[in-house]
Amino acid sequence: MTMLLPSAPTTPARTGAPATPAAVAARRPAVGSVHSWDLSTGVDGPGTRFVTFLSGCPLTCLYCHNPDTWRMRDGRRTTADEIVAEAGKYTRFIAAADGGTTISGGEPLLQPVFTGELLHRFKHELGLHTALDTSGFLGARATDALLRDTDLVLLDIKSWDRATYRKVTGRPLQPTLDFARRLADLGKEVHVRFVLVPGLTDDPANVEGVAAFAASLGNVGRVDVLPFHKLGEAKWQTLGRTFALHDTPCPTSEQTALARSVFTAHGLHAV
Amino acid sequence: MTATPAETTAVTPALEASHEPSPQEDAWTGFRGGLWRDTIAVRDFIQHNYAPYGGDASFLAGPTERTTKVWNKLLSMFPTENERGIYDVDVRTPSRIDAFAPGYIDRDLDIIVGLQTDAPLKRAIMPNGGWRMVESALNAYGYEADPAVREIYTKLRKTHNDGVFDAYTPEIRACRSSGIITGLPDAYGRGRIIGDYRRVALYGVDRLIVAKRADKSAVEVLWPSAEVIQEREEVAEQIRALEELKAMALSYGLDISGPARTGREAVQWLYFAYLAAVKEQNGAAMSIGRIDAFLDIYLQRDIERGLLTESEAQEIIDDFVIKLRIVRFLRTPEYNELYSGDPTWVTWSMAGLGEDGRPLVTRTTFRALNTLYNLGPAPEPNLTVFWSQRLPEAFKRYAAQVAVDTSALQFESDELMRPKYGDDTAIACCVSAMAMGRQMQFFGARVNVAKALLYAINGGRDEKTGKTVVEGFEPITDEYLDYDTVLVQYDAMLGWLAKTYVHALNVIHYMHDKYAYERLEMALHDREVLRTMACGIAGLSVAADSLSAIRHARVKVVRDETGLAVDYVVEGDYPAYGNNDDRADSLARWIVHDFMEKVRRHPTYRDAVHTQSVLTITSNVVYGKKTGNTPDGRRAGTPFAPGANPMNGRDEHGYIASALSVAKLPYDDAEDGISLTNTITPDALGRTPEERVANLAGVLDGFMASDGFHMNVNVLDKATLEDAMEHPEKYPQLTIRVSGYAVNFVRLTREQQLDVINRTFHGAL
Repeated sequence: MTMLLPSAPTTPARTGAPATPAAVAARRPAVGSVHSWDLSTGVDGPGTRFVTFLSGCPLTCLYCHNPDTWRMRDGRRTTADEIVAEAGKYTRFIAAADGGTTISGGEPLLQPVFTGELLHRFKHELGLHTALDTSGFLGARATDALLRDTDLVLLDIKSWDRATYRKVTGRPLQPTLDFARRLADLGKEVHVRFVLVPGLTDDPANVEGVAAFAASLGNVGRVDVLPFHKLGEAKWQTLGRTFALHDTPCPTSEQTALARSVFTAHGLHAV
Repeated sequence: MTATPAETTAVTPALEASHEPSPQEDAWTGFRGGLWRDTIAVRDFIQHNYAPYGGDASFLAGPTERTTKVWNKLLSMFPTENERGIYDVDVRTPSRIDAFAPGYIDRDLDIIVGLQTDAPLKRAIMPNGGWRMVESALNAYGYEADPAVREIYTKLRKTHNDGVFDAYTPEIRACRSSGIITGLPDAYGRGRIIGDYRRVALYGVDRLIVAKRADKSAVEVLWPSAEVIQEREEVAEQIRALEELKAMALSYGLDISGPARTGREAVQWLYFAYLAAVKEQNGAAMSIGRIDAFLDIYLQRDIERGLLTESEAQEIIDDFVIKLRIVRFLRTPEYNELYSGDPTWVTWSMAGLGEDGRPLVTRTTFRALNTLYNLGPAPEPNLTVFWSQRLPEAFKRYAAQVAVDTSALQFESDELMRPKYGDDTAIACCVSAMAMGRQMQFFGARVNVAKALLYAINGGRDEKTGKTVVEGFEPITDEYLDYDTVLVQYDAMLGWLAKTYVHALNVIHYMHDKYAYERLEMALHDREVLRTMACGIAGLSVAADSLSAIRHARVKVVRDETGLAVDYVVEGDYPAYGNNDDRADSLARWIVHDFMEKVRRHPTYRDAVHTQSVLTITSNVVYGKKTGNTPDGRRAGTPFAPGANPMNGRDEHGYIASALSVAKLPYDDAEDGISLTNTITPDALGRTPEERVANLAGVLDGFMASDGFHMNVNVLDKATLEDAMEHPEKYPQLTIRVSGYAVNFVRLTREQQLDVINRTFHGAL
């Protein structure tokens, strides 16, 4: 009896298995700490995207909905080959859907070499649009080459008021502003993200500051005003951490619309 | 002399002021092309005369006051129907094409006339399929069967159901009751045959009768083998049905012996033809076909002549759709448990591209979708968009917008169907493609391939009853399941299942042709018809995941004192179908391919071509109920995933990865369709309404570019559904897509509502 059986389990091919010490040095596989990958639509950049979430973040934002990505050592050691192979399964889909790829986290620039390798290969091997989702705090680590392989930067400006920024993130604001200026000088497409948290980031002067700064850059194609939500709260509990914003209300749609209008008033496309 | 359309339509306000062409005027004035004039060739007519529309939806008109008034009248009747199960039924009149006096929703306001019985929502009995079904349905809703009718159908006139059970084997009966084969059309109409109802509008009935008489003459010269005699009798019945169709139309004061001369007549003639079919056949799915480009030719001709305004054109389509929304059949509660929400599958296929690359999108395609706004969302007609990346962008946006707003559309790949069936293709039911007027199918419901795996492990004993259903198999006695052993045994069990299944289907369709032949629908087909034997499978994801668990994890068997495997302990993780992971997806592909191969080995009634679907409709709940614990860790009784969907919660990388697993299933081995249902929360499609629309269009482009076949799209929040369960009165028109069709959510059973709510909602965080 002939029977068409499913093919034997295939172990992932060890691509680029080195033959000589020289080859080893020349082509050491890029390895990163990866939390997960996912496909999402309309929330991590334009269209449907292959999103790689890297582990590790220097910030500890009070409203973070992915606290499980904070520590690099919690991620899975993964080669760029593995990620590119996974993303490669979606090339046809993403190209037809007019989507792309996004490196998110965590903070991708905590692993700049790995991030750079992924962006480069997504763009040149797979021919897909690339986006980098970052707080900008480690923007100085992004090489010019990395930015050349980045079509779009999703830049989180978490506050304009320096004290508020530090309160939210535990870190200073200035590196983000410097990075934003550098991107503007390079003429790199940027989408600014701003999370609206009642009683924390919604002070009119704070919103106005972010808006005025974003408008001054000239390369900001869009601003996402993201209403604070608590869907990630369970993750904090799982990690044994205290979610400081437990009692903070989510903004009403009027509050969000008001914040959006501040950006719009500066001539920005805010959604 | 019979009443002319001009006389009878004078009372309705929409066309009151317009000029009707005289009866002498040639109905075909202004139409181009020649072949279709000399032979019955509707596609040729469409291709020569339709005007693709590349614009947007801004030309569309809202509902007229008349439309709203008529629809509101029905809306006020639906709650009573929901409460009682049926609104009314005529227990004394076995239905046929001309059995009932004319009926109207509102005699003064109806633009398109005709009802199945003499009153709206009043159901008819159609006992040719089976008397027991009629009587138990009547009893279930508190009606008594008429003794004289019972006498006829139990003593004098044999039914399809009687015939089938005369020829079933004990083995088939055992399979039926154990639930490894379920939903067979052996007690109800098989449906899934689409008459080319357009022919009546284009040619008029007399011309069609002439053509059928020629067919009959051609068969009369052949030596009378059983097949030839059968065909002669069928053609004679077809001609008789066409005569009855004319008589039925005349009872409404309309003479349809000649071709339709206006847009309104084209819709009316076509609707009469469809109405005749649903007056006589209680088919599982009574689809209407691909009709919008055809009707558009007539409506646009009237608009260009100044006979019709856009608002009037929309009003005609709205009134037609109102009629399609109230097609009703009398069915038993058991039937409703399988296919819930009173579905009729008045599937209306639209869009796609012609073979010459021109889109088959017309203004009337837009008008049809616009009915979901003018009348509010509804499950019927089952609006089905043939999707291609090459469709006009404005249409893609509009269709995506309608899907986001109403969750009432399904999308199927034009690029997969057109090469197989041509561009004049329509869907019957949910995902079954067929060439209009040239192809029909023998509907075969589906078998349970997950339960078959349990039979393979238990050597043919049923895991729930312990009874031996299949003879000649040894049980597997290993403590831990060995993949190769299981696969060999499973392969053999699928072979037995395929054989038993095709055997049952041959019996069913022989008897259906004999006792409940679709004479009107087949009168609207060519003489040479391609028949398919449409098999189907359910439980694909459970079976694939079970094989994956056996292969990639360790599965320990728990047996009862009789040695029957009743439970499984999965040790370790396994890759699950639904994550675009070939380790699991290849197993699902193999099941589809292997079962199809096995089905193909068995000769079919009337040499039908073997096909299969991966579709469950709502029967995934019943199938799950009838299936014990499975080696993937699923608990006994838990619903299967619908259609080809991955199991709930096992798709961990979002709906795209899940959809691409489904897209890997080979359409060549499932030509009757592969169904995927996605429920996406609005925020998972984008942050603004415009983005959601654009992104959904992109998702459909991406899915079809990846060889995906079908996608049902629901854009809904879980909270909405939960609220609708608690407060159904607030959501009379809440429509959701389930496997292959749409239902009013509030008309589902509580169990099915929970199944829908417990399914994976793909959201954004």
